[in-house]
This record gives sequence, C-alpha cells and structure tokens, in this order.
Amino acid sequence: MNHDHEYTPSNGFTKWLDKRLPLMRFADENMLSFPTPKNLNYFWTFGFILTLSLVTQIITGIVLAMHYTPHVLMAFDSIEHIMRDVNYGWLIRYIHANGASMFFLAVFIHMFRSLYYGSYKEPREVLWILGVVIFLLMIITAFMGYVLVWGQMSFWGATVITNLVATIPVVGESILTLLLGGFSVDNPTLNRFFSLHYLLPFVIFGVVILHIWALHVTGNNNPTGISVKDSNDTISFHPYYTVKDLFAYVVFLLMFSYFIFYNPNILGHPDNYIEADPMVTPAHIVPEWYLLPFYAILRAVPDKLMGVLLMFGSIAVLFFLPWLDTMKVRSARYRPVYKIFYFTFLISCLLLGYLGGQAPEGIYLFLSRVCTIYYFAFFLVVMPLLSRYEKPSAMPIGISNPAIDTSIEIDEIDGDLVPSANT
Amino acid sequence: MKLSQIVIIFFSLLFIQSNENLIAAGGEAYKNLKPGFSSEGPFGKFDRESLKRGYQVYSEVCSSCHGMKQLSYRNLSQKGGPEFSVERVKEIAADYFIIDGADEYGDPVERSRVPSDRFQAPFDNKDAAKASNNGAYPPDLSLIVKARSDGANYIYSLLSGYEEPMPDSLNIDDSLSYNPWFPGAAIAMAQPLYDEMVEYEDGTEATIKQMSYDVSNFLSWAAEPTMEERKSLGLIVMGFLLIFLFLMFFSVRRLFKDVH
Repeated sequence: MNHDHEYTPSNGFTKWLDKRLPLMRFADENMLSFPTPKNLNYFWTFGFILTLSLVTQIITGIVLAMHYTPHVLMAFDSIEHIMRDVNYGWLIRYIHANGASMFFLAVFIHMFRSLYYGSYKEPREVLWILGVVIFLLMIITAFMGYVLVWGQMSFWGATVITNLVATIPVVGESILTLLLGGFSVDNPTLNRFFSLHYLLPFVIFGVVILHIWALHVTGNNNPTGISVKDSNDTISFHPYYTVKDLFAYVVFLLMFSYFIFYNPNILGHPDNYIEADPMVTPAHIVPEWYLLPFYAILRAVPDKLMGVLLMFGSIAVLFFLPWLDTMKVRSARYRPVYKIFYFTFLISCLLLGYLGGQAPEGIYLFLSRVCTIYYFAFFLVVMPLLSRYEKPSAMPIGISNPAIDTSIEIDEIDGDLVPSANT
Repeated sequence: MKLSQIVIIFFSLLFIQSNENLIAAGGEAYKNLKPGFSSEGPFGKFDRESLKRGYQVYSEVCSSCHGMKQLSYRNLSQKGGPEFSVERVKEIAADYFIIDGADEYGDPVERSRVPSDRFQAPFDNKDAAKASNNGAYPPDLSLIVKARSDGANYIYSLLSGYEEPMPDSLNIDDSLSYNPWFPGAAIAMAQPLYDEMVEYEDGTEATIKQMSYDVSNFLSWAAEPTMEERKSLGLIVMGFLLIFLFLMFFSVRRLFKDVH
C-alpha cells in the first residue's frame, strides 16, 4: 500500500489538462487515493449510501415531475396516471416514495453513528453542522413532497404543520398567509410546494458537496475515535472503501427492493389514497414515520407555542452538540457511562417514534413527556456533566497498535458483517 | 417500533351519521376475515376467472352507486387483469354512453363509449350522488383496496358481514345498516349482495361469499393493475442483487485480507 501516493498525469492530454484544470488530480485526491482509516466498520458506509439515495431521489423526481400536474383538481389523478399509464411509472413512483423512507432510515443511522463515535467533535464541528443543515432541508423537502400527492394525509398534514407557524407571536399569521398563498391549504400552496420541492434537493446537493469537502479536510473519524497518526493507519479510498461501500449499498438495495416490489405501501398511510377533501377531516392526522419522533415532541407539550419551540429546538440543539459534549475522548467504546446514556437515548428516540403514531392521551402522553424530557436532558445535562466527570476506560495508543486487539471490547454495534474485514 | 401500529387506519367518517353513542357502540373488535387471495405473496397472480366474475358483480350491482374513475374499459383487456378479449371489451364499452364535444350547431353529441373511455360514473357529481344516497357519498372504488388497511380482506369481510346478528344493546338509525366490520358498525350502504343476485356467465354459483370474494379480488386488481408486473420484475431485480451481493461479499473479503 503506497500511502505517499501523488497524482502523476499519465499521458499528454492529462498533463496538458492538469496545468489548466486539475480535474483528474482533484478526482484522484478525493475519490481514489484519499487516505481513509483502515478500521472503519459498516456504519461508515452510510455516507456513500446517502449520496446515492439523494441522486436516486433527484433522478426519479425529475421524471415524475414530467408527468405530474400541480393543481388541486388534477394532482391526485395525475399520480394515478403515473401509476397506471406511464411506462414503468409505478416503478419510478414507488422508488421515489419508498426512497424517501430509505433516505431517512440511512440518515438516522448515519447520525446515530456520529453520536456514538463522537464524529461531531473537534475538528469536525463544521462537518457535523453541515450535516444537520442537510437533515433539516431533508425534513422540509420530504414534507413538501408528501403534500404533492394531494391525498387526505397530504392535505391535513399540510394544514396541521403549516398552522404551527401561526403560533409565532405577532408575525405568525402574516408568515402563514405568505407560506400558504392564501388563508388555507389550497392551489397556491400546492404550487409553491411543488416549486420548492423541486428546488430544495439541489440545495441539499450543494450542501452535500460542502459536507464532503469538510470531510476531506479533516479526514474520517473511526471506531476508536483516535486521530490518524501516520500512513500506517490509513488505506486508500479506492479500491478498499469503494468496494466495501458498494457491498453495503447492495445490502441496502435488497431491503429497498423488498419495499418497492413487495410491500410498496406499508410505509405510507392508506388515507393518502383518498383524494384530499377539505370538508372531511381524518380521525387522526399522522405524518410519515420518519417525522413521528418530532411529532411526538410537538404534542407532548400542552402549550402550542411551547410545543413548536421544543420541536424546532429538538433539531436546533443538534447544532450545538460539539460544544455540549466537550469530552476529549471521541468514541463511546472508551466511555462506559456515556454508552449507557447513549443507548437509553436511542431507545427513547425509537419510543418517541412509536408514540408519535398514537393518540396523545393517557399513558402515551405521559411516555411522550418522559421521552421528550430525556431527549433534551441527554444533550443539555448529561453531555456537559459527563464531559466533566466521566472517567474513560483504557484506550489503545493508536489505530495500528497491534497490542490493542485484545483490549478492545467488541460490542454488537462494532461487529463487522464480514469477519475478515475486522481490523 | 411496529410499523403496523404506526400505520393506524382511521376511516373517513363519511358513512357515519353524527350519532355519538352509535360510534362508541362498535367497540367489539371484529378481525378481518381472510378468504385467501391468489394475488397474495411474492409470486401472487390474480385469478382471471374470479376477476371476470368480479367485474360482472361490479357492473351489475356496485356500479349503480359507486364509480371507478381511474379505470378505462381498455384496462379490462390488458395483461395482468381480467384479460377479457379486445372484442369483448369493445362490446362492454359500447353499452355505455358519453357526451363527446358538440356538433356543428353547438349541441352536445352523445356517442357509445369505446375502450379508451373511462368507466361511466353513476352520478354527474358528488352532490347528485349524496342526494340519491340519503346524504352519504358512495366512495369511488378505483383505489378503495389501497385506501383501507388490509384492503381486500376488509372489503370481503364488509360485503359478506351484513348478516351478523346485531347486539340488542345497539341502537341504529333506520336509514343505516348494522355491519360489525365497518368502523362504528353503522353503515349507510344497505346490504348490497344477496344469493343468486347475479347470474355468473361461467355458471359459478353466486353465493354472497362468492360474489364478495370475486368483487374484492376485482377491486384489488383495479387499485393497482400493474401488481403482477411489479412482482415479476421484483423477482428479477432481487435475483440480480443477490448474485451481485455474493460477488461483492467475496470481493470485500479478498480485498481486506491483507489489511491489518
């Protein structure tokens, strides 16, 4: 393995080009020879999976837009036209609809991986913040996309969520009118949501480029959380991680295909196959599954404005993560106490997702409150306190130190799918 | 996190009159019957004969109140559906009429429908439909199976469930019928199917259960006419991915063999 590799143009044309636009050099340095820690596990494949998810969504979305009609009287029927009459329209639409769910599944794993291995810590603060920006844009984009279907859940989900803006004191009502293009969710709303739903993925794409740029400045974190010391700690991105990422992507595609081909509507709500009707309110309005944890937080608070603040706060707090958790040790592998709080947090988030789909009453409401309190306490209380008082367990000196193999405690989250890939 | 619980189904209240204790009275949980459809499962294909019978039930019974606006007559002959012959579909379509444009004097022209036309709607608009149905709107059936949780089984249970004995404690408005499978148990649609109501062209005995089964089957196909194509393409895609997975697995193993 040659780690001190430098790009050398191989022929006359690439030599000529390298002096004018070093495109090949850029590709080589960032995609081929990029030094990557050799001990990355499969949780590090989700960046690659997410990039391809975004590309898939954009390509299928562009094709869908060719056949879709953003008008309240025609939107629902134009989607059925795509499903029934457009060649492979059903396939493109199911990829796009389930692709959104897969995108969120991957982004949740990606974020929880960062949280476990401390990938947001110095020097990767900007990388993390750009990631949170992408996540926020994804939520807005997905929400608007769901409205375009113009089913019952689209319409009533849009009504509930846009009305949250009205809780902002003084200017809320004016902003709401501007957002809706009127006084209720109607044709102008659908038109602007369509326009923005087409625009935002390209904005996301731009931020993804910044995200990858930031990653390539600091380099990858790794499961030990110990910084790369020399070239013995790294291998080139290609072929090692291109192949490993592709393998993980195929596993991901298999699961994705199961949903597309065998259970394409399980992740959606049956009510969304009923055309939007402003005169009929569904008994319970629920968002798509990936927004349920935030919906649970929103409804956990009796006061509407407080609920909205907490819901936005639950994402806003993520921006401050690098300064809330100041523990020098990055990886939870060497933080026995943090690990316990981390897994409690994971369970609490899953529980919030479940509770978001239940009626906000009785035991469900109580549990929503407990989980919401824990959500914020984890970031605002547990993290700062642990940064101060937690004693990390014994750590290896470096990624390549062979003496560490026996000392590293392997728990299920570190286990690689391929035994020989363990390093 | 149980997805089935996230995807909770709440039916539109269209059919339930505003009678509070009536909604509460439907508390007893009736589980959907599972008659078993050949279209279920990853290799499932529709039973063509059943789809044909289902269309007959729809056209002779259901279509007097329920439209299917997403369907065209040509769909009846397309692959993966009832697969009526093209000739037969022309005959079926010709039984219906449509106003298509105007003549040289500007008067509307009525003509027979052709396979490319949509199914004829029973009412001109929603208000006309409500006026004829005691204020309740009979929903369009094109997507009904996808618009209800456990669609086909639910439709089957509902259609064949009218003869369940009504509990004495229940008080239902005379304009409504008791059906334990309907949310709230009081449904505006009167029992639609009776034994021997249609005379099946293929001679099958038209029991309530048989007709409920056939029409549920037909509505499943109508909700997604591309289902068979989807499942067969899925098989090819999954097969390809599995082989690819196998190759990638050994590529990763070999590649990382020397990485320590």
